[in-house]
Amino acid sequence: MQLIACPWCGPREETEFSFGGQAGVAYPEHPASLTDEQWAHFVFFRDNPKGPAAERWVHAAGCRRWFTAVRDTRTHRFLTTPELTS
Amino acid sequence: MTTPGTTAPNPPGAHLPEHPDHLWTDAEPKKVYDVVVVGGGGHGLATAHYLAKNHGITNVAVLEKGWLAGGNMARNTTLIRSNYLWDESAGIYEHALKLWEGLEEDLGYPILFSQRGVLNLAHTEQDVRDSVRRVEANRLNGIDAEWLGPDEVAKICPIVNVSADIRYPVQGATFQPRAGIAKHDYVAWGFARRASEAGIDIIQNCEVTGFVRDGDRVTGVHTTRGTIAAGTVALCAAGHTSTLLDMLGVRAPLQSHPLQALVSELLEPVHPTIVMSNAVHVYVSQAHKGELVMGAGVDSYNGYGQRGAFHIIERQMAAAVELFPVFARAHLLRSWAGIVDVTPDASPIVGATPYENVFLNCGWGTGGFKATPGLGWAFADTVAHGRPHPLVAPFGLDRFVTGALVDEHGAAAVAH
Repeated sequence: MQLIACPWCGPREETEFSFGGQAGVAYPEHPASLTDEQWAHFVFFRDNPKGPAAERWVHAAGCRRWFTAVRDTRTHRFLTTPELTS
Repeated sequence: MTTPGTTAPNPPGAHLPEHPDHLWTDAEPKKVYDVVVVGGGGHGLATAHYLAKNHGITNVAVLEKGWLAGGNMARNTTLIRSNYLWDESAGIYEHALKLWEGLEEDLGYPILFSQRGVLNLAHTEQDVRDSVRRVEANRLNGIDAEWLGPDEVAKICPIVNVSADIRYPVQGATFQPRAGIAKHDYVAWGFARRASEAGIDIIQNCEVTGFVRDGDRVTGVHTTRGTIAAGTVALCAAGHTSTLLDMLGVRAPLQSHPLQALVSELLEPVHPTIVMSNAVHVYVSQAHKGELVMGAGVDSYNGYGQRGAFHIIERQMAAAVELFPVFARAHLLRSWAGIVDVTPDASPIVGATPYENVFLNCGWGTGGFKATPGLGWAFADTVAHGRPHPLVAPFGLDRFVTGALVDEHGAAAVAH
């Protein structure tokens, strides 16, 4: 288990957090105009890099707020201290 | 000192077969092959074996970035079963199970396939309904399946706690008597030995670093041991498939996660079958040598490090001791992790890619080992004929666009 630095609460145990997948996946601006293929990519397809990855995390058993962090998927280590985001 | 009239007990594993003198040839790469299989794990080796055996294609290289069968093939918990809910899954897994039943003869090599059955425990009313439904679906597909009450569970596996006073009492279980375990290393060595005998090159320490592309064809692979020309490329890279597809500019809905497993110290035979529990999440069998082999779900975050977090196995151990009070004093010997590629519907992705001579086999997630011979059989046929074999046709990459998903989440009797 590792400590994860919540931008609001500071370092807390990993078990307090939940992983939310790839960061920066925006809901389509014009959903009605998407092809089936574009929908498939929005719903199912995510990056799966071996190395640094920008990810969404939520401090589920703490302040319950979301933040974006960069983590190295080879070492599982957090590379950035998450910044306060609104 | 040995007391007269008694004999020293055999050490654990004394009944296991000796290793043969020769397994496979550690080949040097040639300049060109008809088929290049990327990944020297179970699926890659099985594909190579059936390319030679069923299709007479032997100008084949199996490229392995590390050592033969050192990835998930060395790290899985060796469970073999075919009690999946959906027809598509039943088709490929039952085909695999039938091949497992004759694999020792086919390979001419002991694989210690032991059909000791699998119990999938139900702990809630919904578990019971889902399990009975799955039993009926299995029977319709010609797969052996039974629904058992708690008393019958206790008869098959007396060490399971079926009392009513635990947190999640056992309400019953599905039972597939033909399910079992095999010795994973022997399986890999058996396939490698046969493939090597047939003239297929197994090339270790040979990592694919890029692809030579010509329009919608791939004409070769760049590797750490030079460039190798290929007529057809078959990808069998499991958890590292995304890194290969990124080189090809192909996107697939894969997420790589660490999946942990662990073993206890060697114990006397106490566990006669395989027990899986979805709600109290753990699965347990006892290896031939005597270790209790356990696993559960993946670590939640993406990861390529072959290790996971301690709190995951702590939860597994709590579940195991709840179900098997007799394990409370067993010592954990070691734990490890493999990297599994998980798909949105918990079913594999097998078949065509945007490149006409590149075929994809990935996304088996937590359950690839049991499919090894069945997948090898069907994937070799796919590669040989340049179109998906009927058993893998439902598992194409295009299903995520058409919506024809094969949703085995939970339905397959285990959470992913």
